[in-house]
Amino acid sequence: MPDLLLELRSEEIPARMQRKAAGDLRKLLTDGLVEAGLTYEGCQEYWTPRRLALDIRGLTARSKDTHEDIKGPSTKAPEQAIQGFLRKAGLASVDQAHVHSDPKKGDFYVAHISKPGRAAEEIVATLMPEIIRTFPWPKSMRWGKASAKPGSLRWVRPLQSIVCTFGPETSEPVVIDFEVDGIRSGNTTYGHRFHAPGAITVRRFDDYAAKLEAAKVVVDAERRKRMIFDDAKNLAFANGLELVEDEGLLEEVSGLVEWPVVLMGEFEEDFLQIPAEVIRLTIRANQKCFVTRPVGIVPSSGPSGHLLPAGEKVSASMAASPSTLRGEGGEAKAEPGEGVTRLANRFILTANIQAKDDGKEIAYGNGKVVRARLSDALYFWKTDQSDLPDLATLTASAEKFGLDMAKPLDQRMARLDHLNVTFHAKLGTQGERVERIRRLARELAPIVGADPELADRAAVLAKADLQTEVVGEFPELQGAMGRKYALLQGEDEQVATAIEDHYKPQGPSDRVPRDPVSIAVALADKLDTLVGFWAIDEKPTGSKDPYALRRAALGVIRLLLENDVRVGLSKVFALASHVRTTGELSDLADNDNLAFDLLSFFHDRLKVYLRDEGARYDAIDAVLSNAPSSGPSGHLLPAGEKGSASMAASPSTLRGEGVEALAEPGEGGSSTDNLLLVARRVEALIVFINTDEGKNLLAGAKRAANILAAEEKKGTVVSDVVDEALFKAEAEKILYEAMNRAENDVVQALQKEDFSGAMRALSVLREPVDSFFEDVLVNDEDQAVRANRLALLARIRSATGKVADFSKIAG
Amino acid sequence: MTEPLPAHMHPSRSFQGLILTLHNYWAERGCVILQPYDMEVGAGTFHPATTLRALGPRRWNAAYVQPSRRPKDGRYGENPNRLQHYYQYQVILKPNPSNLQELYLGSLAAIGVDPLLHDIRFVEDDWESPTLGAWGLGWECWCDGMEVSQFTYFQQVCGIECAPVAGELTYGLERLAMYVQGVDNVYDLNFNGLEGDDKVSYGEVFLQAEQEYSRHNFEFANTAILHQHFIDAETECQALLKAGANRPEGQAHRMVFPAYDQCIKASHVFNLLDARGVISVTERQSYILRVRNLAKACGEAFLQTEAGGFTPSYLPLTVA
Repeated sequence: MPDLLLELRSEEIPARMQRKAAGDLRKLLTDGLVEAGLTYEGCQEYWTPRRLALDIRGLTARSKDTHEDIKGPSTKAPEQAIQGFLRKAGLASVDQAHVHSDPKKGDFYVAHISKPGRAAEEIVATLMPEIIRTFPWPKSMRWGKASAKPGSLRWVRPLQSIVCTFGPETSEPVVIDFEVDGIRSGNTTYGHRFHAPGAITVRRFDDYAAKLEAAKVVVDAERRKRMIFDDAKNLAFANGLELVEDEGLLEEVSGLVEWPVVLMGEFEEDFLQIPAEVIRLTIRANQKCFVTRPVGIVPSSGPSGHLLPAGEKVSASMAASPSTLRGEGGEAKAEPGEGVTRLANRFILTANIQAKDDGKEIAYGNGKVVRARLSDALYFWKTDQSDLPDLATLTASAEKFGLDMAKPLDQRMARLDHLNVTFHAKLGTQGERVERIRRLARELAPIVGADPELADRAAVLAKADLQTEVVGEFPELQGAMGRKYALLQGEDEQVATAIEDHYKPQGPSDRVPRDPVSIAVALADKLDTLVGFWAIDEKPTGSKDPYALRRAALGVIRLLLENDVRVGLSKVFALASHVRTTGELSDLADNDNLAFDLLSFFHDRLKVYLRDEGARYDAIDAVLSNAPSSGPSGHLLPAGEKGSASMAASPSTLRGEGVEALAEPGEGGSSTDNLLLVARRVEALIVFINTDEGKNLLAGAKRAANILAAEEKKGTVVSDVVDEALFKAEAEKILYEAMNRAENDVVQALQKEDFSGAMRALSVLREPVDSFFEDVLVNDEDQAVRANRLALLARIRSATGKVADFSKIAG
Repeated sequence: MTEPLPAHMHPSRSFQGLILTLHNYWAERGCVILQPYDMEVGAGTFHPATTLRALGPRRWNAAYVQPSRRPKDGRYGENPNRLQHYYQYQVILKPNPSNLQELYLGSLAAIGVDPLLHDIRFVEDDWESPTLGAWGLGWECWCDGMEVSQFTYFQQVCGIECAPVAGELTYGLERLAMYVQGVDNVYDLNFNGLEGDDKVSYGEVFLQAEQEYSRHNFEFANTAILHQHFIDAETECQALLKAGANRPEGQAHRMVFPAYDQCIKASHVFNLLDARGVISVTERQSYILRVRNLAKACGEAFLQTEAGGFTPSYLPLTVA
C-alpha cells in the first residue's frame, strides 16, 4: 500500500512548541484520514527547528464506496412531507426515489444513496489546507504582503514550503497538489541553512531522511537528543569531568539545532566562588549550555541534610501506594543540578554547524558571553553581601522588626518593609505580612517543638532575599539565596534552613521540611496566606486558583502529617486570625462560617492527598463523615460522650478562650480537626476492613444501621437506653455485654490515639453481632422489646461510629 | 555598488565603519537611511519611523541608528557590557519581504560574520512593549551564544493590528562591534579605526558621560520635577491630539507627530523615575498604562493622516 510523506517547513519554530506541534499534526491528519474512510498501518512524526514532518505508511489508496438507504414517507403522504424527504435525501424530484412495499404500511418512498469512494490524494488535498489554517499553535502570527488583508494565514512563524508526496514503494510517488495562501505543495525542500542551502527533491520518507542527513539535517529529534547527550557526556569525561544532566535543557537544545555539534567552553576559576546553583542557572537560562562538575563530586542531599522520617508514616501501610512518603521529593525528583556543591569551570554548548575551525571560534565566543554573564552574577552575589546605599532611610523599618542593620540580610528586610511592596491590595504589604508570619511562627513554635526565638528570627528574615539582586535575576532562587546569605552573616543553621525551607513543600513531590523551626515558619507562611485569602473571600473556584491556595493547603497537610504534628486546625486558624491587625479582616474567628468553610477546604485537600497515597476513598469518607462539610447535624456521635462536641470545628469554639481547650493533643479522640489523627484513623480503618473480622463486623454494623434508618424513617420508637430487663434472647444479652466492654475499650484506645487498638476492640463484636442477627428478630411483637432491640442496634452504630461512619464504606 | 570602505573602516577595526557598512547594505536594498530621532528614547522602536510608520497600509522601508537610553542599566562605567546609553541599529521593512531572514544573514556577512565559522541561531523571543501597546513574534539572533540582534514580525503596534505586518531588525551595535573587533570591554572599542595617537576609543567618547549619567539616573534626578514632567507630557499629548482632531470633515488629523513626541517624553520620564526607585510595584502598572493610552491615541490619530493611509475626501464633487 502507498506511503504518504508530509513536511511543513517554516522559519525557526520555538523549541518548546515543536514536539507538541508534530504530535498535533499527526493526530489531526490521521484522524481526518480515518474519518474519511481510509486506514493506515503506521505513522511517525518528526521535527526540527525548521520543519514538522509525517511519515504515514500503508495508507489505503481509496476509501470504499458507500451505499445508504434513507426511508421516506408513504406514497400517500401529504406533499409537504414528501418535499421534506426529498430535501433531506438530496433528491431533485420524487422520480429519483424508489418505492418499497410493506404489507402493513403499504407503499413508501426510499432513497438509494450511493457515494463512490474517494482517492486518498483527494482526501489529503482537502484535509491539509484546513489543518494548516486551523493549526493549534499556542501563539501564531501573520506576515508579508498577504497580511494586509484580514483573514490571512497564521502560522507560528512564516510558513515557507510544503512537501506532500504519495505512492507505493514500487512506483514513482506523486505530489498531492494543494495550496494554502499561495504556498503550493510540492516535492522540494531545503537542508541545513548554512551547510546545504540548495533545493532538494524528495520522493518518499526514506530518501527524504537520507537526503536531509546528507544536507546536515537530523530530522529525528530523539536521535538529536541522544547525540547531544552522548557527545556531551563523552566530552566531559574526556576532560576528566562529569556532565550535570538536565533533561529539560536537553529537550530545548535539541529543538535549537538541525545538526548538533557539541563543544566545550570555559570560564575563569575565580567565578566558582559564585554559588553553584547561580552559575548553573546563569549559564542555562541565558546560554542554554550544560555545566560540568569534577568527577566524584556527589550531589548533596539538600540543605537540611537529615531526611530521616519522624515516626510512623501514614502512607507506609496504605496499600497500593508504590512510593512511601519517606524521603520523597528531596533527591529523586529534585531539579537538575540541585544540591550540586561544586562545579567545574567548563561548560558544554551545542552548536548548529560543523565549523571550519572545528568550533574554536564558537567555543571562544560562547565563553566570552558566559564570562560576561557570570561577571553580572558575581556582581549581584557581592552586592547582596554589601551594605545598601540608603541605610539612613530604613531606620523606622529596622526598629519595627528589631533588625541588626550591620547585617546585609537585615538591611534587605528593612528595605522590603520600607518600600511598602504590595503583597495583595486587600492583604497589605510584604512588611505587614512578614510581621504576621513572625507572630504566628512564634505561636506555632511550641506546638512543633521549635525554639520560639529561632522561629521568630527565621520568619523575620524569610522574605528578605526578595530584595537581593540574585533573586531579582533568578526568582526561582528565592529562599535558597536567603539561606546562603543568612549563613554568611552568621545566623543559626536552623534559621538559615528555615529561610530556604519555609516555601516548601511546593507540591505533592516536593521535599517536606523536617526541622522544627522550618516547620513552624513554613506552616505560618501558608496559614497566613490561606486565612488571609479566605477572609477577603478570594477562594479557588473550579480550575482557577491564582494564588495557589490548594497547593498551600496541601503543603500544610504534608507538613502536619509527615512530621507528626498534632494540632487542631481550628486552633491554628484562630491563631492566624489573631495575629492579623488590619481592622476589617482582623478576625476569621469572628466569622464562624469562614473557619468552617476553610476546614472543609482542608478536608477536601486531605481526601485528594490520601487518595493519591493509595487510601480507599470510602474509608476516608467514613472517617471524615463527622467533618463540618457534612454539616453539624450530620454527626452520629453518641450523646453524652464527653469531648465529642469539640471534635468537629464547632464554630463557637473558635472564639477566644475556647481555642486552648480545643487543640490539646489527644483531646477529642474522633476529631476531624486534627489531620494527623484523621490520617492515622484512615490507615487503621483500611487495615481493619481488610481483615475477616472487619468485613463481617462491617456487614453487621451496616445491617444494624440500615434497619435503624428504616425504622427511624417510619417513626418507630427507639429506646434511649438499653434495658437489660427486656432481653428475651441470650444473644441479646451477650451482645450487650460485649458492647459495654468493647465501647469501654474503644474509648480507652482512642484516648491513647491507638486506632488499631480501637479497631481490635471493635472486632470482638463480630461474633455477638452475627449471632444477634441470626437468633433475634428485631421486630418483636412487643413494642417495648422492639424499642429495646432497636436501642441495641443504635449502640452498635454509635460504638462503631466512634471510629468511623461504617455506612460510608462500600461492600 | 557603493565604493568599498577604506581598510581602517572595516567593521572589524572601526565602530563607525560598522555603522557605515550597515548603512550601505540597507541603502542598497532600498531603505531610506534616516538619522537618529532627536529625543530620548528607550529603544529604536520608539522612533516615529517605526512606531507610527508600522501602522497603516503604506509601504515603508527605513534604516537608522538610534541612541537608546535605559537609565536603570547605568553602571557608572564600571561594567564592560552594560550601558545606560547605547546605539541600536534599526531596520523596518513593511510589508516584510519573504526573504527577510536571508537579508538579515546577508547583513551579518557584510560586516564579516562567516556563518560557517560562527554559530548563528534564531532563538524564540516574543517581543512585547507594554508601554507602546505593541507585540510581535520573532527571535533573538545569536552569534556564538551572544544575542546580537532582535528580529520581530510586528503584529500589533499602539494597540492596532499591523496590516500589513512589518519586519523589524534591531542590532545591538556595541555588542556586535565588540564581537567583530574581538574586544571584551565596550570602552576598548576602536571608534574611528585609526591606530596610535589617532585612535579614538569608545571610552574616550562615552566613559565620562556614562559615569555622570549613572549619577544622575540613580542619585540626583529630581523626582518631584520628573513627576511634574510626566504629568505635563501626558497633558500636552492629549491636548495636541485633541487640537489636531479639530478639522473640517473628511480632512486628515493635523498634529500626530508633535503629540507622539510627548508620548516619548512621558515614557522616558517614567524610565528615569523607575531608575530612581520611586515607583512601587502597583504604581508601575498604572504608569505603563498611562503611556500606553497615549501611544494608542497617537496610533489611532496617525491612521487619520496621509502617511497612515488616510485619503482626505474633499467637499462632495458636483457634477458639471
